[in-house]
Amino acid sequence: MREKGKLILLIVLAAVSITGFMFIELGANWDYALPRRAEKMAAIVLTGTVIAIATLLFQTITNNRILTPSIIGLDSLYMLVQTTLVFFLGSTSLTVMNKQVNFAISLGFMIVFALVLYRILFKREGQNIYFLLLLGLIVGTFFGSFTSFMQVLIDPNEFQIILDRMFASFNNIQTDVLVMASVITAVVLLYMMKFVKYLDVLSLGKETAVNLGVDYDYTVKRLLVIVAVLISVATALVGPITFLGLLVVNVAYEMFKTYKHSVLIFASALVSIVALSAGQVLVEHVFTFSTQLSVIINFVGGIYFIYLLLRESKS
Amino acid sequence: MVEVKSISKSYGLKAVVDDVSVSIQKGKITSFIGPNGAGKSTLLSIISRLMNADTGEVLIDGQKVNETKSRELAKKIAILKQSNHLSLRLSVRDLVSFGRFPYSQGKLTKEDQVYIDEAIRYMELEDMQDRYLDQLSGGQKQRAFIAMTIAQDTDYILLDEPLNNLDMKHSVQIMKVLRRLANELGKTVLIVIHDINFASVYSDYIVALKDGKIEAQGTVNDIMTSLVLKQVYGMEMPIQEINNQKICVYFS
Repeated sequence: MREKGKLILLIVLAAVSITGFMFIELGANWDYALPRRAEKMAAIVLTGTVIAIATLLFQTITNNRILTPSIIGLDSLYMLVQTTLVFFLGSTSLTVMNKQVNFAISLGFMIVFALVLYRILFKREGQNIYFLLLLGLIVGTFFGSFTSFMQVLIDPNEFQIILDRMFASFNNIQTDVLVMASVITAVVLLYMMKFVKYLDVLSLGKETAVNLGVDYDYTVKRLLVIVAVLISVATALVGPITFLGLLVVNVAYEMFKTYKHSVLIFASALVSIVALSAGQVLVEHVFTFSTQLSVIINFVGGIYFIYLLLRESKS
Repeated sequence: MVEVKSISKSYGLKAVVDDVSVSIQKGKITSFIGPNGAGKSTLLSIISRLMNADTGEVLIDGQKVNETKSRELAKKIAILKQSNHLSLRLSVRDLVSFGRFPYSQGKLTKEDQVYIDEAIRYMELEDMQDRYLDQLSGGQKQRAFIAMTIAQDTDYILLDEPLNNLDMKHSVQIMKVLRRLANELGKTVLIVIHDINFASVYSDYIVALKDGKIEAQGTVNDIMTSLVLKQVYGMEMPIQEINNQKICVYFS
């Protein structure tokens, strides 16, 4: 099986970059450094998996390979929540406030927002899924403008603190928050298992899926909720990072050239883990923290996105 | 038997299907004809649950469509719409295999493979079953999609303009297959079709729609008359009998 070979290759790659991350320039103080690095690694694996799977599901539902779930506006909402906290409570709130509380607030807002958005959409029957994207795009832009408005008003020093939040970062992740995120993710992924068999059929489009006996509205609604929760968990944990999904899912499609989601789910999660851990090694040891991981990801992802657009326009 | 009972559907203020009732005979080919915008495709979509009607109900073998589980319906009725472009990299055999989804939910059994082979043979796609869909011509792709609906092994097969964009040879080939499906396997075939001469030669019954209402229905001989067709299409429709088949020469 060629698919199996490629999956093993990805597992090896992931293992290499994880090992690299754990042991490069470890120094003498193993007792101190290793648990810290392990914690970071766990966050990377969790975020990578979650973002990859959420994007894969989202692209299958929308039958579009150049969309990411960020189009629903969850990233912008996260920034709005962070900025509002600083605006009303001061920058100390971010540093002083319990990380768990911040995580819970961000997560709660994002999930409630997504559910309200879906509710509006599905109240009218037979609504086009692109209506959801359009609505999300508009609301997301509104959140963005409102965020900039507040950022302009606050003290420049406070703005520095927010600036930090605008980029995904795996530094300073607390264990208890990580545990919370892992539990939520595990529950959601377990629930997702129920729908995995429908994904291949959904990628054939709505009409074919209905014809083949998929309860379309029921399935798509639940999958969209799963996507929203996964994205919210990842964003609340490390910051806006959805762009990564576009990159890794497409790399998985290109590598495996298959439509089978049973393969694609693992493939894209593995690609994602490789990209994040290798990227983090670059950030820590090549750039010595002078840049952010998300800057590297957005740079590489942006180039890949342009390449995709150029190729799609040719065919 | 498919029973359509006073179905209505409107988009905004425009009634696309207006209080339509019709019964479709089992084991026969029924063609839906009519001018553009008459509501033929919408009616087909409603019968196959792709769309919900505003009022009225559809019964298939006595069961109400909107109260039956989608998976159970998928074993009874198959629908193929007119536009089928996929961005997926799928081989012909992969596509046909999807037709077994209502039975096996993705895990193909030996029995499924038998049905898939048969459907591929029926549409004469053996040589190209491992080719990818994006390498095929429009006619070959259309045949692959029809093979998928055959693999679905339903009593009712609904096709929305199956001859769209096909040349004469492939059109005849597909209509012959549909005829065989009805004659040999006892399938009930419903098609929306624009070429009334194909409808005349290959179907058992014809239902003519106009402005969302049924203008006429009956056997081929009932419908293929100048008078009825003139009512439906609003132009002169001279009928000639050639080789015992009624052909409409409407070109001039």
